[in-house]
Amino acid sequence: MEKSKVKELKLKAFDLRKTVVEMIVKSGGGHIGGDFSVMETLVELYFDQMNISPENKDDKDRDLFVMSKGHSVESYYAVLAAKGFFDEKELINSFSRFGSKFIGHPNNEIDGVEMNSGSLGHGLPVSVGMALACKMDDRKNRVYVVMGDGELAEGSVWEGFMAAGHYGLSNLCAVVDKNNLQISGRTDDVMNHKNLKAQIESFGWNVMEADGNDIEAMHDAFEKAKEVKDKPSCIIANTIKGFGGGEVMENIYSWHHHVPNEDEYKEIMKNIDARREAIINE
Amino acid sequence: MNNIPNRQAICDVLMENAKKDKDIVALCSDSRGSASMTPFFKAFPKQSVEVGIAEQNLVSIGAGMAHMGKKAYCFSPACFISTRSYEQAKVDVAYSNTNVKLIGISGGVSYGALGMSHHSAQDIAAMSAIPNMRVYLPSDRFQTVKLIEALLEDEKPAYVRVGRNPVEDIYSEENIPFEMDKATIARFGSKKDKKLVIVACGEMLSPALRAGEILAEKNIMSTVIDMYCIKPFDSESLIKEAEDADLIVSIEEHAPFGGLGANVASVISANKPCKIIQMALPDDHVITGKSKEVFDYYGLNAEGIVERVLKNI
Repeated sequence: MEKSKVKELKLKAFDLRKTVVEMIVKSGGGHIGGDFSVMETLVELYFDQMNISPENKDDKDRDLFVMSKGHSVESYYAVLAAKGFFDEKELINSFSRFGSKFIGHPNNEIDGVEMNSGSLGHGLPVSVGMALACKMDDRKNRVYVVMGDGELAEGSVWEGFMAAGHYGLSNLCAVVDKNNLQISGRTDDVMNHKNLKAQIESFGWNVMEADGNDIEAMHDAFEKAKEVKDKPSCIIANTIKGFGGGEVMENIYSWHHHVPNEDEYKEIMKNIDARREAIINE
Repeated sequence: MNNIPNRQAICDVLMENAKKDKDIVALCSDSRGSASMTPFFKAFPKQSVEVGIAEQNLVSIGAGMAHMGKKAYCFSPACFISTRSYEQAKVDVAYSNTNVKLIGISGGVSYGALGMSHHSAQDIAAMSAIPNMRVYLPSDRFQTVKLIEALLEDEKPAYVRVGRNPVEDIYSEENIPFEMDKATIARFGSKKDKKLVIVACGEMLSPALRAGEILAEKNIMSTVIDMYCIKPFDSESLIKEAEDADLIVSIEEHAPFGGLGANVASVISANKPCKIIQMALPDDHVITGKSKEVFDYYGLNAEGIVERVLKNI
């Protein structure tokens, strides 16, 4: 990827974090920690990898995305708005408000959202179905799904891993946003996967690890995944929960769904601006 | 006696249509034999998906395929698909509005002595409670074919429950009165003396009709409604047929909550109240036995209906 594009996407990820903060502060609810950890994955997918736009959203050959960790809906909506699927101001002003179409988990009545999610452990099996149907019809598109690491305790995820491996779904790429924290604390303490990479590999997957908060690293991993022709790929994206918000929120599990107060809001916005400055001056 | 179970009738109609419609896909969870779907899997391997013993995956994969334009028919025993995959049915099918038809095979107490784990006496209540999920219990093989043909024409979610064993024909090749989402009047009572209405669905149609014959010999004329459409429930037909009834009997192979009887009571009490007898499986672990033995034990048969009617009319 060209340096200018890397810089553009890095900046976009921080700009969209600001949108997320505005949505959450205005509505008084949301899941900000996971929004911040997954942002680079979403930006790289929507602004570099995927063949998807408001113009081709109904094309059979479009690339597909499923946000399995549906509670990170704010970052997902922010990316879709930036992509032109709907108006950002409308999003910020109506998210989670009475009667809003912008529900607090992805809802496919909104342009750009393929499938509803919210209950964890659904996205991978649904994506397996999409990938199977695409293979059946010889389509050349790809299916992407993002899960959280806490989500991997759901048994249905492993049914999905098993089926995708069984059918050799090379058109499927899963991302685990591994921020190591979930609502109750450290994921390793809640339910330890011990050796996640080997576990997923044992289901017949190509598994890579990458710095999930690094646009270039995610770009490289997605590109490598495309080269694998006989099995599905999984990118374990090592991320920091709350990434970009600075010391006040990074790597603190209580930020799973904490809403910033006035001081925290200022601190987070200041930290985002500082990161932006650093990127501009790179 | 007919020897074609309703599940086989589903396979036959899907095979007929799959020849010309490549978007029809069948998904099984190691259940193709139980579902009578082996011929489909053999004839249309490219339109067949085996997910293994994983009912949650079955429904989610079906939803993903439907999202890509497939007409997904997911087969699994009713006991598993209605409860093990309940959340998938709610979120991935009904809420996401995917064109998935959930086929619950060997429903009710079809599995007999295999016990409660294999009985599905909760499926109607469970599935009916999900917004955007339709629920159907066809009575015989002819009606089953008509129902599946109608479902092939739409793109909305549905749950269909059929039994394991062949059931007596209610209709015939030449006479299959069927209108989608409208109850079928399987026996017409006397217009002059319409006192009794029996409402049944699924496997209970047959005993309901036999009861109608026995009662007719005793000069009690009855109307028998085949309410195969539990949701959307055909309240209009029920209200019309029950207009001058003294007694309504509902009979179903289901727990006494949230099923046919509950719907009948709800509609009748809100319109023209009259006495209703609800016949259903007990709110208890069902006794061990073949399905017929179970039905006989709980009085879910023609004699049981007659007895209850004679006591109450």
